Amino acid sequence: MHDLYSFFTGPFAWLTFIVFIGGSVWRFSSLWQLAQKKDGHVFEYMDTKFALRSIAHWLVPFGSRSMKLNPAMTVVTFLFHICLFITPIFVFGHVILWKENFNISWFTLPNAVADVMTFIVIASCIFFLWRRITLPEVKYLTTPSDFVILFIVAAPFITGFWVYHQFAGSAFMTIIHIISGEVMLMAIPFTKLFHMFLFPFTRGYIGSEFGGVRMAKDW
Amino acid sequence: MSESNSATESKNSGIKKIDDQGILKGVEGLTPEKIESVIQQVITNETGARLKVYVDTCVHCGLCSKGCHYYLSLNDPKFSPAGKVKQTLAEIMQKKGKVSPEFIKQAAVIAYTQCNLCKRCAMYCPFGLDVAYVMSVMRRICHKLGVVPLYIQDTAHSHSVTMNQMWVKDDEWVDTLMWQEEEAQEAFENLRIPLDIEGADLFYSVIGPEPKFRAQLIFQAAVIMNAVGENWTMPSMPGWDNSDMCMFTGDYEMMERLKRCHFESALNLRAKRIVMGECGHAFRSVYDVGNRALGWRMPPIEIIHAIDYFNELFEQNRIKIKKKFDTPVTLHDPCNVSRGRGLHDKARNLVNATCSNFIEMVPNREHNYCCSAGGGVINCGPPFKNARVESGKEKARQLLEAKEKGAKVVIAPCHNCHGGLEDIIHHYNVGMELKFFGDIIYEILDLP
Repeated sequence: MHDLYSFFTGPFAWLTFIVFIGGSVWRFSSLWQLAQKKDGHVFEYMDTKFALRSIAHWLVPFGSRSMKLNPAMTVVTFLFHICLFITPIFVFGHVILWKENFNISWFTLPNAVADVMTFIVIASCIFFLWRRITLPEVKYLTTPSDFVILFIVAAPFITGFWVYHQFAGSAFMTIIHIISGEVMLMAIPFTKLFHMFLFPFTRGYIGSEFGGVRMAKDW
Repeated sequence: MSESNSATESKNSGIKKIDDQGILKGVEGLTPEKIESVIQQVITNETGARLKVYVDTCVHCGLCSKGCHYYLSLNDPKFSPAGKVKQTLAEIMQKKGKVSPEFIKQAAVIAYTQCNLCKRCAMYCPFGLDVAYVMSVMRRICHKLGVVPLYIQDTAHSHSVTMNQMWVKDDEWVDTLMWQEEEAQEAFENLRIPLDIEGADLFYSVIGPEPKFRAQLIFQAAVIMNAVGENWTMPSMPGWDNSDMCMFTGDYEMMERLKRCHFESALNLRAKRIVMGECGHAFRSVYDVGNRALGWRMPPIEIIHAIDYFNELFEQNRIKIKKKFDTPVTLHDPCNVSRGRGLHDKARNLVNATCSNFIEMVPNREHNYCCSAGGGVINCGPPFKNARVESGKEKARQLLEAKEKGAKVVIAPCHNCHGGLEDIIHHYNVGMELKFFGDIIYEILDLP
């Protein structure tokens, strides 16, 4: 057990960072180069002011008509994304690891808060799963890989919740928790999870087209 | 030509039996090899990261559905924007172009007749993915494969032969203008439709269907121009038609020829600016799509839509009216000039300057629903008419709501919208009258 733990927090963790960062840089730069070669108009019409205007409207809860029409989805999406990012970075158990390994540390979340936030992520994933299974317009679009991605995202939080609450087999679950977190990071450059990096560009571009050429709002 | 559309649905798609010779004959000549090579050509030579990102980034959340009037009218996920991508480019990219002629047949129907390229969905997708762009790429592939609905292809042929959409011959064009001039002289003595005047302040261009079916619009425009003492002109030679069905079939080479001809026609006359009649798609072609294709970031000469021009006349107090139009009106915001050029506020100024009783339909401005006719869909003709009118159910609901609030007249400053709304009003017994701004202004104009 201890060997496994050392392996997944040692060499495999390094591999994870390399794949995540290297893969993201590779995917991003290949798209950038392709865009420079083939999508000249994107650079021509991209406009910082209008791009930021659009991004801002879409990063504010209920900032767009689309969000107002789908209130449940809006609330869940915002809570989900906030908790998804904040929890792993500021949860006490993780900050300790940074302190032990690299001697750097920062603010930590109270355990109870981190626990609730973890629960929010898990509950949100259940909500997304429910949408995929029941709403016809989502069900029609859903592919097997959408379920896999949802599972990849939920797994670190389910296992983290398990470990924190010391449910049965939590020592073993700790290793699963580490692996699932690493799998999620490695999946980002190669799956739709990459949308986290593309959002500012897709939103920014349509915001620029609407603001600069169409002279209309896009929210 | 029969206007009926067989109601038998095929098992796996939202497409009813296809009764279009352009598509059916086109597909007959396809082989998997030809399809693959054309797709590779378009994908590798003509598209890049934008298409890739649009197809790959979609997280299948379904939020675009509420942005699409097809989905709202038919309540079928196959008609949601992302649903249409799934059935077209997503599969093509996944299979790297290895798709069957049958697939192309379905994809052509989806791209040409189940999307108005209205871009409303880009305002509902959190990522701002532009499905209209993806559908345009699909149309481009279909055009290169020779699988285009018959009726719209006929208008594209007309464009390539005559440089106008409606097979209007050069002499017929001038003859129509002279005929309208003569008619208008009964209302307005010494009225002229000045042809080929060099250095005029304003070059007036229209779409092919105006001389063909709605010649009275030219007469009305002439009366308004004369009433305000405009220094204007129209061209006597090709270049007078600003419309562009080639933009919608995917024939971009021909679209470029058309736009060049139109711009050059005005530039050769050293006109100060172009004012165009009340048409939406033509505006999109000169202001957004065609100029880009020719390498101009923005049009090479100032070009404004009739809404803008009429509004200017009122703002500058150049026009005198007898009294405001007093039947209660509502306003339909055409996609290509509101979502496409932000003219919705000017349109409202104009309504308030000309009408005494204005009732908004909801949603409006950028969020207005398309008439279901845009993007070349109405130009695909009778084989798709019933399906088109069915997809206008949400629009009908919106119109009826405005009617309940008292509106009796719908102002729609776009030809395609007129065609689409006319069918919707008729089919759903909406019982409202349709007008252009030109109709209203002509009616209330105080002639000197």
